[in-house]
Amino acid sequence: MSGLLDHRLLFVTGKGGVGRTTVASALGILASGAGKRALVCEMEPRGDLARALECGPLSYTPRAVAPRLSAMVMDTEAALGEYLRLHLHLPVFTRLAPVAQALDFVAAAAPGVREVLTIGKLCYEVREGHYDLVVVDATASGHIVGHFAAPVALSELVRVGPVRSETQWMLELLGDAARTGVVVVATPEEMPVNEALELTGRLEEETGVALAAVVANRVLPELFSRGEEEDFEALRRPEALLLVEEALGGEVAAVLEGAALAVGIRRAGASHLARLAAALPAGVPLLHLPYLFGRAHGPRAVHRVAELLGEELSSS
Amino acid sequence: MSPAEAPRRGARASAPSLLLEGLLSTKEVLIACGAGGVGKTTTTAALAAGAALRAPVRVLVITVDPARRLADALGLDGLGDEARPVPAAAFGATRPKGELFAAMLDTKQSWDALVTRHAPSREVAGQILANPFYVNLTQRFARSHEYIAMERLYELYAEGRYDLIVVDTPPALGALDFVDAPEKMAEFFSSRLLRWLTAPARSRLVGLASRPFTQLADRILGSQLLEELAVFFNLFQSMYPGFVARAHAVSALLREPQTTFMVVTSPEPVPVREARAFVGALAERRLHLGLVVANKALPAAFAARGALRTAEALQGDAAPLAERISRALPGSFPDGERLARVLAEVGAGFCNFAQVATREQQLIDELAAEAEQVVRVPHLMRDVTDLGGLLEIAEHLFD
Repeated sequence: MSGLLDHRLLFVTGKGGVGRTTVASALGILASGAGKRALVCEMEPRGDLARALECGPLSYTPRAVAPRLSAMVMDTEAALGEYLRLHLHLPVFTRLAPVAQALDFVAAAAPGVREVLTIGKLCYEVREGHYDLVVVDATASGHIVGHFAAPVALSELVRVGPVRSETQWMLELLGDAARTGVVVVATPEEMPVNEALELTGRLEEETGVALAAVVANRVLPELFSRGEEEDFEALRRPEALLLVEEALGGEVAAVLEGAALAVGIRRAGASHLARLAAALPAGVPLLHLPYLFGRAHGPRAVHRVAELLGEELSSS
Repeated sequence: MSPAEAPRRGARASAPSLLLEGLLSTKEVLIACGAGGVGKTTTTAALAAGAALRAPVRVLVITVDPARRLADALGLDGLGDEARPVPAAAFGATRPKGELFAAMLDTKQSWDALVTRHAPSREVAGQILANPFYVNLTQRFARSHEYIAMERLYELYAEGRYDLIVVDTPPALGALDFVDAPEKMAEFFSSRLLRWLTAPARSRLVGLASRPFTQLADRILGSQLLEELAVFFNLFQSMYPGFVARAHAVSALLREPQTTFMVVTSPEPVPVREARAFVGALAERRLHLGLVVANKALPAAFAARGALRTAEALQGDAAPLAERISRALPGSFPDGERLARVLAEVGAGFCNFAQVATREQQLIDELAAEAEQVVRVPHLMRDVTDLGGLLEIAEHLFD
């Protein structure tokens, strides 16, 4: 199996709606199936991860949801509390209400604090070695660069103290391509591919984090070969159409229309995928996941995607 | 329109044109909300273009982050966030009855303009614009995007130059965050913590011991950061009253009767769930829901039972059918086996999509149960890159 699962920390991102949660869950399932201890973390508490894994509500504390697979959801206040207890040795029963209030205030004034706490928690889980792989169902691509840049930004604003030394080792882990990588998910459509391309550029220019893989999701199969397409076109001409209608009834035209639509959608999508493939840096695998016509959400679908991803990784 | 023809309240509005006509004649602001990836920006632009085509109104569309080609089509060349007219010629053969204008939200420019306008002097404005906290706050902070989008809407509305303003919104982290953003900004600038922070250094020290927050903040962030934060907020201080008043005015506009909301979604589980959350959140705050748009839907023909049976038959009887056809039309179909494959593929492909279409219809029906006004816009086979494409979408919205 390819080196993708050999990472310690993977961030799964992409334009909203492309299937980040499904891919992140599938990576976790794949890793745990391969004998690794995996943790999947939902960066924004929307409940999508819990639905994908059908495991009940998730919390900040990682919880086992399957053999070798744990899941959690980010909570910046809980992250701050944990950080304070660990690093400033505050007693467990310290009242956190004023701290939460302070966090809100400071986060508004010096944004980056929440992001550093989030990234920090994820790096911390890696460092502690409880898991072989941490997969993050990260925010939409527009925001993830900000998250990676936050430790840098904060270290520029904060020149001394524990926060600074924290940010240093975080940046080291994030910048180590063997351990940390970003998986960008895109569907064969204009905006998702545009965002994917923009993101890969920004990752390189603005952060030290490596692009580990790109996943093309919901790829429609090619319906016809060249010769078959000729037959398809000929079928839609009156003399052939008449024959088929005679045999099967009047709905034939609608069925042929449907196939034409499918061909059209696929063709438009293929041109976007070609753009994506052409712009990828050398050595970054482009993994294809087919459009699932059956149920595309929920645990059965996620397991199917894990299987498909496994096949793609084996052959890449 | 006779009373018998008017849509009954509570009944599903089966004539979208009446619905939209009604909305456009009574509303001055229409705000689009919806999850990422559902075509919100495109739908918003399409609605504006369609309105300008059909009625003698001046329509402005404020877009957020449009695709390059769409921006070009609307005449937004990225040189600034001023509202520009879209030439009537761009509408093609049919001349618009009204006028269409477009503006693109540029967060940084809008924030800088806001500061420049409200700062007591050019010097203070310059200091704020250069301050690293300001840069951080306005460029990296998602909530500030939402706030400035609403602020810009208010500014353009207050100019009074447009009959209708259609607003695209930034992808929100939570439902209707942009509605709350102005009040949150006002709260922030009125907070006790902020007042404490901007108090003179000496009196801060005196209160230090009694405030757990400050000890913690000091230990985590270092007093230097707090000092610099204090400098930043001191700079800003002169602007607070104007800022807060402004934020309240913006918030009020969102709640006025002339403002309505459009929820955009696609017929997939996650976007529909979010759409229902939006609908619920609007109802909770007693904001007006104008319409719900189910975008990128498969044509209803895919869900037709008769067609499905035919498709299954095509799959099942492909070989004998192919033989018949290729014998009857050998010129067009030289290869009977190949034709059989094609027939089977056509049937199978249709069945696949029929599955999807059925699920989509279920989701749309679920939505329609909660919101009277659901308009379905089918998947266009191509990307929308020009005004023509927008007008095509508009046809589904209006007719």
